Amino acid sequence: MSGFRILVGCKRVIDYAVKVRVKPDKTGVVTEGVKHSMNPFDEIAVEEAVRMKEKKLASEIIAVSCGPQQCQETLRTALAMGVDRAIHVITEPKEYESMQPIHVSKILSKIATEEKADLVIVGKQAIDDDCNQTGQMTASLLDWPQATFASKIEKSNGDLSVMREIDGGLETIKVKVPAVLTSDLRLNEPRYATLPNIMKAKKKPLVTKKPSDYGVDITPRQEIVSVEDPPVRQAGQKVESVEELVTKLKEAGLV
Amino acid sequence: MSTNMLLNKIVRPSRNFVKLGRQSKRLCSTHVERKKSSDNSNGLFTEEHQQLRDTLKKIIDKEINPYVDQWEQEGQFPAKKVFKTLGNAGLLGVTKPTEYGGLGLDYTYSVALAEELGNINCGGVPMAIGVQTDMSTPALAKFGSDKLKREFLAPSISGDFVSCIGVSEVGGGSDVASVKTTAVKKDGDYIINGGKMWITNGAQADWMCLLANTSEGPAHRNKSLICLPMNLPGITVAKKIDKMGMRCSDTAQIYFEDVRVPQDHVIGEEGMGFTYQMLQFQEERLYGAAATVQPLDNLITSTADYCRQRKVFGSPLLNNQTIHFRLAELSTEVECLRSLIYRSVGDYVSGQDMTRLASMCKLKAGRLAREVTDSCLQFWGGMGFTNEVLVSRFYRDFRLLSIGGGADEVMLSIICKYMNTLPKPPKQK
Repeated sequence: MSGFRILVGCKRVIDYAVKVRVKPDKTGVVTEGVKHSMNPFDEIAVEEAVRMKEKKLASEIIAVSCGPQQCQETLRTALAMGVDRAIHVITEPKEYESMQPIHVSKILSKIATEEKADLVIVGKQAIDDDCNQTGQMTASLLDWPQATFASKIEKSNGDLSVMREIDGGLETIKVKVPAVLTSDLRLNEPRYATLPNIMKAKKKPLVTKKPSDYGVDITPRQEIVSVEDPPVRQAGQKVESVEELVTKLKEAGLV
Repeated sequence: MSTNMLLNKIVRPSRNFVKLGRQSKRLCSTHVERKKSSDNSNGLFTEEHQQLRDTLKKIIDKEINPYVDQWEQEGQFPAKKVFKTLGNAGLLGVTKPTEYGGLGLDYTYSVALAEELGNINCGGVPMAIGVQTDMSTPALAKFGSDKLKREFLAPSISGDFVSCIGVSEVGGGSDVASVKTTAVKKDGDYIINGGKMWITNGAQADWMCLLANTSEGPAHRNKSLICLPMNLPGITVAKKIDKMGMRCSDTAQIYFEDVRVPQDHVIGEEGMGFTYQMLQFQEERLYGAAATVQPLDNLITSTADYCRQRKVFGSPLLNNQTIHFRLAELSTEVECLRSLIYRSVGDYVSGQDMTRLASMCKLKAGRLAREVTDSCLQFWGGMGFTNEVLVSRFYRDFRLLSIGGGADEVMLSIICKYMNTLPKPPKQK
């Protein structure tokens, strides 16, 4: 009856409340001295895993984060929320800039196999690059079924029934375990890491690995040519009446 | 503590802080993402401190700040609900013993907490929290019996109880020795008569840490601290006081008429009340000062933002040198205060007496808060005079800092004491 072993992905991203600025040399955005936190969708993934463990559906939760040294802070947060142990796949800050979902997917699938995970749960996307690829590619590399954009996960017999948000409404699918799930916004509301748990998290195991330990080559295959601010919105103008509006639109050749 | 004793003798006017406000300082916070000025630039704080702050920040953003305007209007915030949320996150007993649900951490965690509380958009809520964590419970945690701690401390840490501290009276606040309320022994109980004034959380509290005279005799040796359940017959919460600031924090006047409480409710030794009360002051003052810096920082940042957007005579207000220089000046002062606080905390954590530095922190925090809020309000112009903006709320709320928790003048007396410049009090025969 032993429950699932769950692997969750925890990406460290610029905090959602920070106003992101482009670097003067246009090679990326300013990350130094900027508050970072766990990708909110990954937080939801962690919360779901912890709830499954609380319901005795899961026996162990392992969090993984890929990136520079500071990712350990993100992992500590996950540990404080209830994750059992963590794996930090460390990269040089420079390498991390060019790291892509495919690299992370390869690492996650390798770890999932090594750790004999039954479930991989990751956020549906990260709020920095909005790629929305890691979960899908991980499923593909593992050749496991995937259930993306989950807004409800339930165990039914040995399988999982997952409600997903799709354009037309809600869709419920069944997936066989092992599987890869990605969390959507409404799956749950993540808990606060309480102070007692923050202190306990210090003592939970966190191991550091390198991408090469998993045979993954993260040499960049693409080059960032330029990162630009979105164009500034032009000031609008007020019109007095519908007639005036139509005239203006005609002048502008829009109607 | 020896210093405390000295203080008592000489400067007795210790602030009795308690009531209103000492901590009130926190105030403001505005929007604007803040650069974390506190980071670990000082070696005091670790990653755990930062995580603690992150958790608290989330609670503030989600469960507190969205409701502050409403609470301010209603003149009371739901202490039970807010405290329970904080208690569940383990934030009300950071430095308290683990046997009673605390975390047994050192004082740096309390300071990190106090600083982060400064992101609450008013002074009243942080003050109420400070009363619970740093004013009404330290003596109980240090000197109370196991039974008393189980009955009052544990539920205050978990957030099930709201507490208040009853020191000030109509006849005196800063002059703690002049307390008139009496607790007279009778049939194994104390019979309490008198009244308390300026009691923060008074209208909502489940229990009060009461300072009363338990015997005749010298004013510094006849007082005791007593855990007083607030639902006993004979206790009347007379009124919520209408205040200029700190409006969402309820401040009550309370009367006692033949209130009967068992004698085992006395904290520690009978007659040591004054001394215990003096002991808690250091932490409270430091806590209060620590809770001031973030709001002042936030206020300066938001003022700069406002002045950048506001155009006067064709260019942003901020371009006036008198404004950007002034803000730079104020920011410098705030950092100086922060450094003084950290230095005091460092001393305290390493076991040294920090009475002198803590008094300076409290003094400076009160004065600087007045200076910063007033200067910033000026730059907000007419907007600053409305109740639509935070700067006016902080202007009102922070005025208390120089009064509650030991007035500026009391802090000055203490500092003088350490400088050996305080005239001796007339001999009482």
